[in-house]
Amino acid sequence: MVDLSVKIGDLTLQNPVTPASGAFSWEYADIIDLNRLGGLVAKTICREPRFGNPTPRMAETEAGIIQSIGLPGKGINYFLENIVPEYKKFTPPLIVSCSSEDPEEFAVLTKELSIPEVDVVECNISCPTRNTTGGNFSLNSEHTKSVVGKLREATDKPLWAKLSPNAGDLVSIALAAEEAGADAVCIANTFLSLKIRTDNFKPALGNKYGGMVSPALKPIVVRMVYQCAKEVKIPIIGIGGITKAEDVVEYMLAGASAVGIGYAGFRNPSALTSIIDDLEAWCDSRGIERVSDLIGAVDDDMEMDTLNAASAGV
Amino acid sequence: MAGHVIEDSYSTAAIRIEDQDPEPSRPVGEFICNVATNDWVNDEYKLISLDVHEKALTAAAGQFFHLLCPSPDGAEVWMRRPMSVYRVDKQNRRVEFLYKCEGRGTKGMSTLEAGDEFNISGPLGIGFWLKPEWKNIVVLGRGVGLATLAPLSQLASDQGVGITAILSARNPDVVMSRDLFQSYNADIIEVLDTDGSSEVSNVERIIQSLIGEGKADAFFTCGSNRLLNLMKQMGKKHGIPGQVAMEQIMVCGFGACYVCVRTFEIDGDRVLKRVCREGPVFNMEEAVGW
Repeated sequence: MVDLSVKIGDLTLQNPVTPASGAFSWEYADIIDLNRLGGLVAKTICREPRFGNPTPRMAETEAGIIQSIGLPGKGINYFLENIVPEYKKFTPPLIVSCSSEDPEEFAVLTKELSIPEVDVVECNISCPTRNTTGGNFSLNSEHTKSVVGKLREATDKPLWAKLSPNAGDLVSIALAAEEAGADAVCIANTFLSLKIRTDNFKPALGNKYGGMVSPALKPIVVRMVYQCAKEVKIPIIGIGGITKAEDVVEYMLAGASAVGIGYAGFRNPSALTSIIDDLEAWCDSRGIERVSDLIGAVDDDMEMDTLNAASAGV
Repeated sequence: MAGHVIEDSYSTAAIRIEDQDPEPSRPVGEFICNVATNDWVNDEYKLISLDVHEKALTAAAGQFFHLLCPSPDGAEVWMRRPMSVYRVDKQNRRVEFLYKCEGRGTKGMSTLEAGDEFNISGPLGIGFWLKPEWKNIVVLGRGVGLATLAPLSQLASDQGVGITAILSARNPDVVMSRDLFQSYNADIIEVLDTDGSSEVSNVERIIQSLIGEGKADAFFTCGSNRLLNLMKQMGKKHGIPGQVAMEQIMVCGFGACYVCVRTFEIDGDRVLKRVCREGPVFNMEEAVGW
């Protein structure tokens, strides 16, 4: 019997597998048992109703997809009255992603979400198609520190900060979030991208820019998690390109305490629960009793002497 | 044999034909089916027939499956392709799709051969519905839209509802679903580009006379913006309700990602609805053309 549970601060998840925000809703209960997930992550909500971006909202590329949805939703009141009860039909912790372009409004929203039914507030400070002062705060460590600090004052809930892979120095951003009082960092949101159609010379997405989602990005995000884990003390949720149990293991070895999965659930709608099964089987086959033992367990004590390595016997 | 066998580590939970359904209370499944046949019906369209797990046989008229298409060119096909069901054959435990080989997904699908494995997820979405007071319906479609409308023939026949099917096409070779409508004793009217009979004004005259004969208690359409607009306008004028099946680029199929939204008009307000979840079949009076 493998112990799959992990701790993110004071919160215990029954396993490290959560859906990534925006790629999941309670409607997946049509095909999988949501009670098996490590957490339930609600799509980013904004305070006011939003239509979102013009279509097309998704385009395929050679190595993944780009998408720009634009955070559509019916606002905070509708969310609290109609969507929270849908999630509360299930037992895993409810992690609510939220966003705003304005730090003051963001703080109000965070406060409004701090109800008993919500277990974690995940602040989406990294929507890739926004700018650094208008929602994509995590491109800049000062803006990150300032906005996360405001949200910290607004809530006693565990506060997770979702960071952008588009920042130049992600480690300094993660440190800023930690310093401002975040309980965990989610690494990372999608990669800012552009696809131009050669038949009509127009951008492929209605919103022009999009965020890229792909297993091809996994090594880049694993590298980011690894680098941040060396510097920050708060837990990391690794998100990017996971399609199988071994990818979860890889993120945990790099230093993640849990993971978020998006694309795999699009490709194989039963992937989230099958990855949990496969992770348990993987640990079992390796004699690993606690999955949390994998966190940061990468064996990176490398032989760095090139001459020695090159002269080693074959 | 093309030997397309699914062994990848991504599909470990998909349900194969002989498997017990691990989640019998859930309406949707991810299935690995076996291709029975996959044959050309003309120069552009193929009909694929799949041996499926019995859970997949619950698909209703107008519902769709999300298809994980094999690659036509060696490069990855990243997203599933939504496709409405052409026919459910409960006796032989098969689900059929009629498709036009056009994009990378359908071109990949066209490479499948008998015995190959194919991952499909569904049934998804809201299909067509018939109200008890409708005794005769008019179905109007064009091109591949006729494949989506085809299961209405069986649904109406099962409920003793009369159908007139107006089948629009470029030429006589690509009038889709004619045989299926015929097998359920639908009255069939073909309208073609080649002889000009598919022009909106002529289709309008045909519908007008059906209304006069009392054969139009409800309208159904798919596959053409101008035909949608025509039916919507005539429905409004004569107080005839209708349904339209819509398409959109789609990602998750469950209502989570909000990629497949379209604009609808309800009581003067413009709203966005998800084709995968609130559709793909919508009230015609709410639909806004594209």
